Order: sequence, then C-alpha cells, then structure tokens
Amino acid sequence: MSGTARHDADASPRTDAGGCPLPHHDREVVTLAHGGGGALTRDLIETVFLPALGNPVLLRREDAGIVEIASEVARGGRLAVSTDCHVVQPLVFPGGSIGELAVHGTVNDLVMVGAAPRFLTAGFVIEEGLPITMLSGLVARMGAAARAAGVAVVAGDTKVVERGRGDGLAIVTTGIGIVPGGIALGAAGVRAGDAVIVSGTLGDHGMAVMSVRESLGFEADLVSDSAPLHELVAALLAACPATRMLRDPTRGGLAAALNEIATAARVGIEIDEAALPVRPVVAAACEMLGLDPLTVANEGKVVAVVPAESAADALATLRAHPLGRAAVRIGRVVPDHPGVVSLATRVGGGRIVPLPIGADLPRIC
Amino acid sequence: MSLVAPFRDEGTARRLLAEIARTVTRPWRIMEVCGGQTHALVRSGIDRLLPPGIEMLHGPGCPVCVTPVETIDRALAIARRREVTFCSFGDMLRVPGTDGDLLGVKARGGDVRMVASPLDALDLAARLPDREVVFFAIGFETTAPATAIAARLTRSRGVRNLSFLVAHVLVPPALQAIVRSAGTRVDAFLAAGHVCSVTGWHRYRDLATRFGVPIVIAGFEPVDLLEAIRRAVVQLEAGRHEAENAYPRAVSETGNALAQEAIAEVFEPCDREWRGIGTIPASGWRFTAAYRDIDAVTRFPAPALPSARLTVCRSGEVLVGALRPDACPAFGRECTPRTPLGATMVSGEGACAAYWHAGRARP
Repeated sequence: MSGTARHDADASPRTDAGGCPLPHHDREVVTLAHGGGGALTRDLIETVFLPALGNPVLLRREDAGIVEIASEVARGGRLAVSTDCHVVQPLVFPGGSIGELAVHGTVNDLVMVGAAPRFLTAGFVIEEGLPITMLSGLVARMGAAARAAGVAVVAGDTKVVERGRGDGLAIVTTGIGIVPGGIALGAAGVRAGDAVIVSGTLGDHGMAVMSVRESLGFEADLVSDSAPLHELVAALLAACPATRMLRDPTRGGLAAALNEIATAARVGIEIDEAALPVRPVVAAACEMLGLDPLTVANEGKVVAVVPAESAADALATLRAHPLGRAAVRIGRVVPDHPGVVSLATRVGGGRIVPLPIGADLPRIC
Repeated sequence: MSLVAPFRDEGTARRLLAEIARTVTRPWRIMEVCGGQTHALVRSGIDRLLPPGIEMLHGPGCPVCVTPVETIDRALAIARRREVTFCSFGDMLRVPGTDGDLLGVKARGGDVRMVASPLDALDLAARLPDREVVFFAIGFETTAPATAIAARLTRSRGVRNLSFLVAHVLVPPALQAIVRSAGTRVDAFLAAGHVCSVTGWHRYRDLATRFGVPIVIAGFEPVDLLEAIRRAVVQLEAGRHEAENAYPRAVSETGNALAQEAIAEVFEPCDREWRGIGTIPASGWRFTAAYRDIDAVTRFPAPALPSARLTVCRSGEVLVGALRPDACPAFGRECTPRTPLGATMVSGEGACAAYWHAGRARP
C-alpha cells in the first residue's frame, strides 16, 4: 500500500485450489521481501489490507486518495486533522487490539474538538516474522472498527523492519474530520462554576493491557474500554450546545486530562474522590500494583466541561448512550489555584493531583 | 472492595479524628514505619487533619529507598553483562546508582525485565535456558518469604541459570537504630502491618518495653491508620508504652509459620548498610552457606567499586524522620520524580515521592 497501489485486482481474498477462503499463506510470516515494493508487497496489499480496509477511494489506487468535502465546507465546516502513533504490547488484549486502538485513538482525538470523523490514513510498520494470519486478523479488526466509527481509510503505506527492530506491529493513523459551522470547543470557553463530567469508569484500558503483559500478567476480569466516541459526543453536543471543552483521558489518565484543561483554561479544578467511577476490579488491580487509577489510560472515555446549569442534561444524554451509562459529575471549575487540580479525599482531607511525569512503575509490595 | 470500604468510611474517620483531638493534651511525634502507610496518610490528607499537636514522622520502611548505592551499583554491573537477564520489581528500575539506573541499562541494550514476584524470575529461567537470570531480591520481611520459596524451588528443581542478588532488610533493628539515634525523637511507632502479618507481633512487646515507646501494629487504610494513631495517643497520654495490635484482620500473634520456616531455612541475619542511615547490625538477611551458590554475588564476583555519595540529597535524614520531605531544600526544585536525587523520590513508597504526588511541592 505505497501511496495507494496501482493495480486493479479484485479486492476479495484469493482462494486456494481447494476453494478455501482464508488467505493462502496462513503459516507464513511477514519477511523483509514483503516490504520490497514488488510482487510480495502487492500480494500483502491484496490479500491482507484491501479486503479489510477497501473502499472506493482506496480501491482507485492512486498515489493519493481524493475525497469530497465541498458540501461541508460550503456549510461553514472546517477541517480537523489529527495523527497518532499506536504501539501496544501485547498486540491483542482483553477488549481490543492494536487494530481497534489505531482507529479509536485517532477518531476520538477528532471527536474531542467537535469534529465528525470522516477519513483515515494508515501507516503500518511491520516487524519481520509477524505471522501473516495475525496481521490479517489485526487489520480485519481495524477495518471493522473503521466502519463502526464511520471513517474510510483512504490512503496507506507499509514498511517491514528487521526482526528485533520493531515490536511486532506499529500503526500510525492520521484522521480527517469536519467541524460543523458553529462549533467552537476549547479552553477559552471554560468558566469558574462549570461542571466537570466523565463519561464512565476510569483505568479500564490501562489495567486490561497490564493484566496480560509478559511477566506482569495476573488473572482478573479486566476489559479495555477502547471505543469510538463520535456518537456519544455528537449526542452530547446536540443536547448541550454550550459544552465548553472535551478531552479524552488516554495516556496519563484523568490526572493528565484535567491538568491539561486547568492549564489551558487558566482555571482551577476540584474533584471529589468519592465521585470517581472506578470498577472494583480495576481499583483492586491498581492497589495490588501500587498504581493510581487517576493516572491509568482510558481509550473510550471523554471528560466534558459544561456549564453547571447544563450538567443534568449532559449527564442524562450521556447515560442514554451505551458508552456513557456510568457518566458522572466528578467536580467543578473554580477560580482559585489556576492551573492546579485538587482532590477532596473520601475521609475529608485534600491533596493536589499533579500532572503525571512518566509511566508509573508497579510497586514492590 | 466491599471488604475495604468500611476502612475508608468518612464518618468513621471523622469520629476517630474527633476522639484523637479530645484525647491529646500535649504534642506527640508518631512515626509510621512503612512507606505504604506514608503514602496512604498523604494521599488521604490525614496527616493534615490531625490536631496540630500530633506530628507524623515518616519512617524508613521503603525497601527501595534503603538499598545502598553499592548494592545498586552491583546490580547495574550484573545487569550490563551480555549473558544476564536481570529481573527487578518495578520501582527499583529508576533508583539511581553511581552511574545511572536499571532503566538506563535497559535502554542501552541490557536485558532488564520488570517482574512482580521472584517466582516470575524462576519461570523466566526455565523459558530462557541459555540466559543467566538474576533476581534482585529487595524488601522487608514481606517479600523475603517469596524469595526464600523461589530459592528453595531453584534448588529442588535443579535450576542452574537463576541466582539472586539479595538485599533483604528487617524492620526491628531499624526501629532500634532510630530510637537510639541522637537526631530524632520518636514518641511512638505505628508498626508495619504487613511485615507483622509474616513475623507475628509478639516480638514487638519486648521492643516496646526496651525502647520505652508505644508500638501499635497498623494497617494501611485511612481508618486503620487513624485507629492506630488514636491508640498510640491514648497510651502516650496515659504514660504507657506497650505493643498492641490495631490490625487484627491481617496480623496474628505468631504470624505466618510457613513463611517463617522458609526464611529460616534459606536466610541468616547479617549486618547491612542502609542507604542514608549506615550499617545496622543484624538488620539484613543473606543466604545460608547451603544456598550461597545461587547468590549472584558469588556467581558474578566483582571488585567493590567506589560508589559516589550523593551530597545534595538528604534522604538519610528523611528516612529516619529527622527531616520532612518538603523541608529539604532540593525538594520539588532539583529533586522531582523526573530528576530524583535520592531513592525516597523514586519509589511509590518513598516519603518524598508521596509528598510530590500529593502536590506538596512548592510552586
């Protein structure tokens, strides 16, 4: 998929002599030759990528995908562009895989600025030795996620790196969305007194991945929350057009998202420990490893700042959607301590929630 | 979690706080021994809800923090060897030695792995028969039993490619060193509940008498800590100094017999240096003669190299309660978790890190 490959073969998987619909190389692995740009590269594109990701734009196989946005622009829409590199170990984890993440991560970044996600580009850096069946499975998951999120993959590229020089698979996606006229989310709108809402439970993704990580694995009913938030946020913005600002609390968790909001808007934020939604199994896993659910990654949650008078509507709207069932108001914007997030503890104490520095390391005991 | 909920209950916490406030008539200095307790106090903000007369001192119970530079330097030297797969608990990876930390060794090509248990290292040794797997065995009486069991299995399974760099330490000798040190006045101890769940708390009776200070065995939830503080204050106000168990749901009189038996078979006491404190007699464990061939020091002999002394870092004073983290001139300035000068800023159990993560750095 260099640019978009020029070749007019059918996009469906090849069938072997026996009529088996599976790719014909199910015991094979990706080799450096697959990245050479020749027949093997074309093979990979035709048997792995096009069947999963194909759409009219991609199938035209030009050097660049051409997409129509004239009508949106005519209505005052603006382009939103976001890019995200996705690496995760293991590649498949409870509740998702790098395939879904590569779509959800970029789609949700678009959604946070109020954009309707439309197109993706995808770059795949594949480590030599990755089984082709595994690659097919991951790309198929990616294709399904893209369809569910309403985005078309309109350009792509693959490179193969030597064994030991990649981590199985890395996927870089760039997303293009349309911000409809009239929507202007951002820090400038945030006011003291606003309500701070989170759309569901915290820490599910990070702990699900950690639970299956090599040498740290533990058994628990943990599932990633990886999900596209376009519908949930569209519903929120329709019901609550005065919504000030949105963030997805991915890496660095809620602590990072709230600190970013407080810094960007030059306001203080106060949250209540007792209000924070954390599944008991996530809380228990965090305690076991000495991690703070506030700093653990989410991949299907949104933090929303809304005017206090709209908070009830916003919550009702979020809770009406399957991805927002556990939405809850966790705190408020305050005029004091601009740039700082404070937390009222369950036992009546207080502390500050700093911006996390790096990845948390599990503790000894 | 419903098991824990009562121990985080706001009403109970407020009632205990009120009771402590009613009981106290004079200033008292109470030291919580374990870093996990420090973390819980600071995270919940309890230390600031206590009546002004009660000052909490943070103790030396952070195993990562007290591991001496020489031992970390040795770990770094072993981890750099090409044939070695070096396994460590997560929070040890960033603790600075003289020349970098384990994460730095990993970044430069060393095979350094984070594990949650010495048994994971045992599994790794079986999976990587061509590698020399080394486990960095740190921790108090809490983690020592797992090391002992892994050592026994190493022996009984005939595993030849696993060894242990042992830096285990014991709590009671450290308490004694603090009581006898000139710089710190500790009126009462909250003993580390999880250590006592292994050793039992009977031996603390004798220590309380000898030291002349109350020792209350404490848990790790806000209500556990408040109840233990309340009991310590009641004793102090009454002029008593006894050991008592405020964590009975985890700690028994005699402790965990299986764990003690494993330790007794594999380890013997030895003098050990504590980072920032100095050598404390009989405060560590080393392998008995029968196990010395799986000691990484034996397997990878190296001359003792001169280790740097960090001059700016005053973590030694922090570890014995002589200096509050936020009273250190480097705290939150030169020294943050991003650029730690000492181990107390690295570990999740270190008092300096606990203060930083609760946002107690000056702006």
